[in-house]
Formats: sequence, structure tokens, C-alpha cells
Amino acid sequence: MSALQWVFIIASLITVGAAVMMVASHRMMHAALWLAVALLGVAVIFVTLEASFFAVVQLLVYIGAILILIVFAIMLTQRSTEAGSRLNSLAWGAAGVAGVIWTALTYVFIRWVVSGTPMQELGASFDDVVLLGKALVDAEGFAVPFEVASVLLLAALIGAVYIAFERKGEGS
Amino acid sequence: MTAFWQDPITFLRLWLEGLLLSWGVPASWVLVIRFAVGALLLATAALLLVILQLWLERKLIGRIQDRLGPNRVGPWGLLQPIADVLKIFTKEHITPAGADRVPFNLAPVLSVAAALMVWAVIPFSATVMGADLNVGILYLLAVGALGELAIILAGWGSNNKYALLGALRTVAQLISYSVPMTLSALVPVMFSGSLHLNVITQAQEVWFVVLAPVPALIFLTASVAEVGRAPFDLPEAESELVAGYSVEYSGLKFGFFYVAEFLKAFTVSLIFAVLFLGGWRGPGAEAYPVLGFVYLMLKSGAVYLLMILFRGTLPRFRIDQVMDLNWKVFTPLALILLMVIALADYFLRGTFPFVRVLGLLGINGLAYVVLDRLLSSRERLRRRPVAQPVRPVARPENLITSSDAGGQA
Repeated sequence: MSALQWVFIIASLITVGAAVMMVASHRMMHAALWLAVALLGVAVIFVTLEASFFAVVQLLVYIGAILILIVFAIMLTQRSTEAGSRLNSLAWGAAGVAGVIWTALTYVFIRWVVSGTPMQELGASFDDVVLLGKALVDAEGFAVPFEVASVLLLAALIGAVYIAFERKGEGS
Repeated sequence: MTAFWQDPITFLRLWLEGLLLSWGVPASWVLVIRFAVGALLLATAALLLVILQLWLERKLIGRIQDRLGPNRVGPWGLLQPIADVLKIFTKEHITPAGADRVPFNLAPVLSVAAALMVWAVIPFSATVMGADLNVGILYLLAVGALGELAIILAGWGSNNKYALLGALRTVAQLISYSVPMTLSALVPVMFSGSLHLNVITQAQEVWFVVLAPVPALIFLTASVAEVGRAPFDLPEAESELVAGYSVEYSGLKFGFFYVAEFLKAFTVSLIFAVLFLGGWRGPGAEAYPVLGFVYLMLKSGAVYLLMILFRGTLPRFRIDQVMDLNWKVFTPLALILLMVIALADYFLRGTFPFVRVLGLLGINGLAYVVLDRLLSSRERLRRRPVAQPVRPVARPENLITSSDAGGQA
């Protein structure tokens, strides 16, 4: 086996293992940390696919923003330090839903035409960042979804500011 | 094949590859071994550099404060940091009661790792670059997130309220300052049309600090804040937070945070030199790549000296001043400048290079002057004394201090 395959196998084992540990850990904080490991593993898999932009964005968005937000949220919850039970009452239902979604996705991917074609080496001149950048501002491409997502984020920002705004006059 | 004295690193790399291939190692494994050896050497070199930095910083701060600095161990105290390192190796590791052991022990390692990971994409000379990543700048910003995670882990794992408060405050500062830092780092990206650090370096026929001095200033200040050095050293404000997130750490684990802090300081100097000061560019750097390495080190050393001067001369900000400066000054300014410079560069690009440089310089100067006016008028509004209590003074008739309020006018 080539070195790349070994890297892929190790990274995917770590990712899956961390995902299992995340679901199975007693403390919320540990679950968040296992999530970080799983996300890092996915970033490594992106790297092995030569999708460096997605690997970096995975790190930047999921670990840099979302995971830190999750950790803050956990710090604000009441029983964050206690070791809780592994299963709550909804665990089996959630597992069922996740299983169904996983099966459906696997089915779709197996049936998908692209999955059968062997991977090709990308040339050195291939620049996925330029393609992505052009697609995001092209009217034929993803300009409209991109703008809609921006508006959504702007609305969320304004909402957050509104909630956090200190109203004068209403003394607390 | 290039000669050894022109480009020693590439020479050694080619020699190692040839040797391994002649031993019958498969090509893909040669690549893995090459990257592993490179990473090991680079990380060791970076960590050894910290020892020199410790000495330089203590010596310079000593001179600023009218002291001699370290001067007993070795010539000019050069061996002092080595003695310190040996001492810290022998110290006891204390784990506080109720600490969350895995995050507590992982945090120092992750902190150093996050600082070292940046070095992987820095173009050290025209030919030497750890990972040839086409999204180098994004990678730099993303790796910073790992440093934030390490700080949260340290604060949380210590089971200490000062550590947790310090960690929350630090992460708030880091997240806030990465906004103007990213926005001003986009200016070199715009000028060069690439996220690749080596392409950005090559595009700097004129250093970007000349084309965009104000974004460069924002980037420098934000990166000082990002590494938590004075005047932004709130993460370890001794007088208010004991020592912030690292309060419960002892021995080598504290040493890790200490090393990470110094390493990050030099790393941001390196990034600033690559993005704004032309990186390895200089006379003869294309033909003799080893010269490029010397230029890069000289440039980042100069930026680092500037940071030591900041630390030696400026008092610490309050947390509200830190946030105020970031959200009310730097972020809007960086946003506006990004758009203005994009438009101006679009129109000036077709003209002579000289006109382009002058035009962009003029726009930056204008932006600076407008900002200065706005800030000083705001300061005047804020500082206008509304009323002063009348203070009892022993001799109100004193001619020198005659004022209505009493005391000094």
C-alpha cells in the first residue's frame, strides 16, 4: 500500500473513533473535545484528497468558530462539570434517525455516477480557489444562494445585537 | 543541479531523496520521510530560536529599564536562557485537585503545536517552503484557532476561577482581533491575486507596506494583540488575574506556554515580513536562495525588535479599551480601507507603477488623517470636564495653583 493510503486509513480510524467517543463520553466538555478530534480528522481526509481549501476552511470554521461557540455554551450550562449518564431518554430515537439518514446517504452515494469513476491526479496548474471564487460571484453559479446566506447571517447579527442591546430608560 | 552554497536546503533535500531512492524506498514513502525530516528539523530550529529570543528580550528590556539584564552566565549572559531551561526541566509538575486531566495536559502541547504549525507554510527562501499550500494565508488564520482552543482547554482544565476568567477574556480578545487581522491580510491577497504565500512574496516588487501602510499598521497591531504581548498582555495581567489561564501550571508545562508565547511573537513577525515586507525578496535572492533566508530573518528580526520596544515602553490597556479600539476603530477602518483600496487599485493598475504607488500612498495618508481627526474629536468630547468637586486645599490663595476647584489647575 502507498503512504497516502496509510495516512487515509489512520485518519479515518481516528475520525470514526473520536466520533464514537464523542457520543459515548460522560462529560459534555469531553464530548466537545472529541468532536474537535473528529473535525481535525475530517480536515486531514480533505488534505489527502488535495482539497486544501476545504481542509483549511474546516479548521477555520468548524474548530475556530463553531467548536469554540459550543465550548462557551457548555461552560454556561449548569451541569457541565458533572459526569452525566451516557444515555438520555431520546438516545435510541436519535440513534434510529441517524442510522436511517446514514443508510440513505450511503445508498445515494453508491448509486451516484461519480463514485464509480477512478480519481484523477490534478495538475499543478489546477486552482480550485479561483474556480470557487468565480462560482460564488457568477450569476450562473452560486451568486444568489451566496447572497441569501449573507442576508441570513446579517439578520442573525442584527438579532444578536438587538437582544444584547441595553435599553435606556428601562432600568433593571 | 544547484551548488551547495547557493541553496543548501534544496541541495540536502535532493541528496536525501537520491539516497533513499537508491536504497529502493518507494517514491511515496520518500515523500513521507522527506516531510517528516523537514518538520522535525524546522520545529527544532524554531524551538531553539526561542532560547536566543529569551536572551535578547531580557537584555533589551533590561536596557530600556536602565538595568543590565542577564550578565552572569556566560559572555553577556548568553547562557542564561539555557540555565533557565535546565532549571525548568527539574521542576515538579503539580496537577491541581479536581483538574480535568486530559485537557489540562493537552493544552500546553497544543499551544506550542499551534505556533509551530504556522512555520509549515512560510516561504523561507525562493525554493524552501515546508508545504506548498495554495491557501497559505487561510491556513495561517485557521491554525490560530487551535491556539484559542488550547487556551480554553487550559482555563477549563485547571479547575480555577482565575484561570477560567483569564481564558474567557483571552479568547474574547483573540477572536475579536482576528477580524481586523483577517481584513487587513486580505489587502496583500488582493494586490497579488493569490492566497499562496510564495506568490504573495514574489508579487512584491514594491513592498506592500509601501502600497498599504495603514492596513500594515492594523495587521501589526492586531497581531501583537493576537499573541497577547504588551500592551495587549491582558491574558496574563498579573495585577488583575493572577496569571490568567496559566496560573495552575508549573514546571515544564508552564514552560510550554512560555515558549509558545515567545514563539508566537516571532511567528507573527515572520508573517508580517512575508505579507508586507517582501518576504525573502532582496538583491540576489533569486540566484542565491540562501540570501533570501537571511533577508527574511533580518526583516522579521526588525519587526520583532519593534515588538520588544512596544513591550518595554507602552503601559497595558484596560479590557474595555482593548475592545473599544478593536470594534470601533480597527474593524470599520479595515473594512473601509479594503473596499477603497480595491477600487483604487483597480483603476490605478493600468497606469505607471510610480503613479500607482503614489495614488495608493495618498489614499492611505488620507485615510489616516481622517481617522486621526475623528478620533481626536471623539476624545475631546469624552474628556471635556463637566464638573469637578471642590477639594479643600490648605492654602487656596497659592498663586501657582490658583484654580476654582483648588489644587493643581
